[in-house]
Amino acid sequence: MRCANGLIDQFWAQTRNGITLGAIYAMIAIGYTMVYGVLQLINFAHSEVFMVATVVSLYAFRDWYGVTEPLTGGTLLLVLLITLIPAMIASGLTAVAIERLAYRPLRRRRAPRLSFLISAIGASLSIQYLFNLMDGNHSLLFIPLPNVLGAAPQEIPDVVSSKPLFSIFGTPWNGQQLLVIAVAVLMMIILDLLVRRTKLGRGIRAVAQDPETASLMGVSIDRIIVVTFLIGGAMAGAAGVLYSVRFHFTQWNIGFLPGIKAFTAAVLGGIGNIRGAMLGGLLLGMVEAYGVACTAPQWADVISFGVLVAVLMFRPTGILGERGVA
Amino acid sequence: MTEVVLEVENLHVRYGGIEAVKGISLAVGEGEIVTLIGGNGAGKTTTLKTISGVKRPESGQIRFRGQPIQSKAAHEIVALGVCQVPEGRKIFPRMTVYENLEMGAYGRRDGAGFDEDFERVFALFPVLKERSEQPGGTLSGGEQQMLAIGRGLMSRPRLLMLDEPSLGLAPLLVERIYELLREIHRQGTTILLVEQNAHMALNLADRGYVLESGTIALEDRADALLGNDAVRRAYLGEE
Ligand SMILES: Nc1ncnc2c1ncn2[C@@H]1O[C@H](COP(=O)(O)OP(=O)(O)O)[C@@H](O)[C@H]1O
Ligand SMILES: [Mg+2]
Repeated sequence: MRCANGLIDQFWAQTRNGITLGAIYAMIAIGYTMVYGVLQLINFAHSEVFMVATVVSLYAFRDWYGVTEPLTGGTLLLVLLITLIPAMIASGLTAVAIERLAYRPLRRRRAPRLSFLISAIGASLSIQYLFNLMDGNHSLLFIPLPNVLGAAPQEIPDVVSSKPLFSIFGTPWNGQQLLVIAVAVLMMIILDLLVRRTKLGRGIRAVAQDPETASLMGVSIDRIIVVTFLIGGAMAGAAGVLYSVRFHFTQWNIGFLPGIKAFTAAVLGGIGNIRGAMLGGLLLGMVEAYGVACTAPQWADVISFGVLVAVLMFRPTGILGERGVA
Repeated sequence: MTEVVLEVENLHVRYGGIEAVKGISLAVGEGEIVTLIGGNGAGKTTTLKTISGVKRPESGQIRFRGQPIQSKAAHEIVALGVCQVPEGRKIFPRMTVYENLEMGAYGRRDGAGFDEDFERVFALFPVLKERSEQPGGTLSGGEQQMLAIGRGLMSRPRLLMLDEPSLGLAPLLVERIYELLREIHRQGTTILLVEQNAHMALNLADRGYVLESGTIALEDRADALLGNDAVRRAYLGEE
């Protein structure tokens, strides 16, 4: 009864929360699914690609632009834009660096699948602990590490007011929630057009469908792989900025949970399938939110990972199926 | 022979412990149709893949218009004008027919001439125009072979290499494909044709090589090979 009552009471509020969270999961999930599409590899270090963008947001909002109180209008848009750009670049480049250092050497050697998985987990943990140790008090091989983040959580200033703007069915919505959804939808539309309508997108789809034949058509597979990591990384970068706007803090291991949930979302939608990742992200966010209404907030992660296990058991190809990037 | 377009010299290729190509040499001249015939497992596909750069040779030289290409990447070789229509067609199944053709032109820098090439391909294969919005995977075997050839032509190749274009097609369709190859050649494309269907291939080609377990067993003018007793017994199914 608790469950039904909770669902009834909180339905619209949790719908709002689920869509907001799901939009962020969806954007991170795109990177997992695109990389899987071209390499049949789960890039578990993708969580850290996301984390890097939250750190850029921290510096951008707190230090570069000195935000002390929520912004509005043109100032807000400008600050968001000049935060999104460096964050997306930083995340994109981080993803490309991970490909270069952790995966490409293995590809050249035609290493077995398991090696890639181990390398992925190694890359993920290395980046996390690098940020953990970058507090100005540690050195790596006698080279002092800069003070970037450190072990303690860092608060990110509010750039968008959390005051309610309007209500739908008695549930207030604020600018943070609207912004997350608006930016996520815009980015996903752009990505979808890029993949379906451009020459670059055709190259990505061709490599996902048949790499050898793609190379016979003049596609440079290495270049497509780099671009795929770059685009997937940039999407996770935008997600990192949105996450910072909505949740106002970052930490060395902040990528872990959103990352693994986005992976769940990608599997839920059908790994390798871009629209599937978008749908899977949204669904997972909603399931988690309604699940919380039905139980209590501390169950959120149990619910998400329950979904992962259930999908793997009952529908391992996901909702839309594994169709490559196309 | 006129100017040599492709020259393969003492090529060795292996898959782990198996040596699939054991020191073959061959040449294709400008404007020629040359065929490479041989039974299943003779090393025909391996030879084409090595020329295209998707498989690395163990040793030997491959030159295209005098330029060594054996250590170039596949996409660079396509850009030079060597295009392979692979065995089994290898259509991108979830791309439309039109997108498959666009893929053929992927490596080209020149935007001009694009429409002209689509027109040329659609004139050769009208069925592709009718089906242009359909996913490639929904085409019949014969249509897929036409799409694979059309896609190859979209790169404006100087040398078109085809790997068993008649494989798995009904005799009437094979005839049709070969008529189209003759027309493509007449329009000025040099062709290297790999076939098990020796009869069709030798009737079309100027010269032929017979590949047996990774080595060239015979090479001659195509009409001479058609009349050769050993070839008739081994590849033309005659007693
Ligand atoms: N990917 C591969 N791995 C191992 N052996 C292969 C591979 N591809 C082909 N071979 C072997 O190489 C030889 C030549 O094969 P192939 O070039 O495909 O012949 P053909 O095209 O003339 O039928 C065969 O013995 C075949 O078994
Ligand atoms: Mg073959």
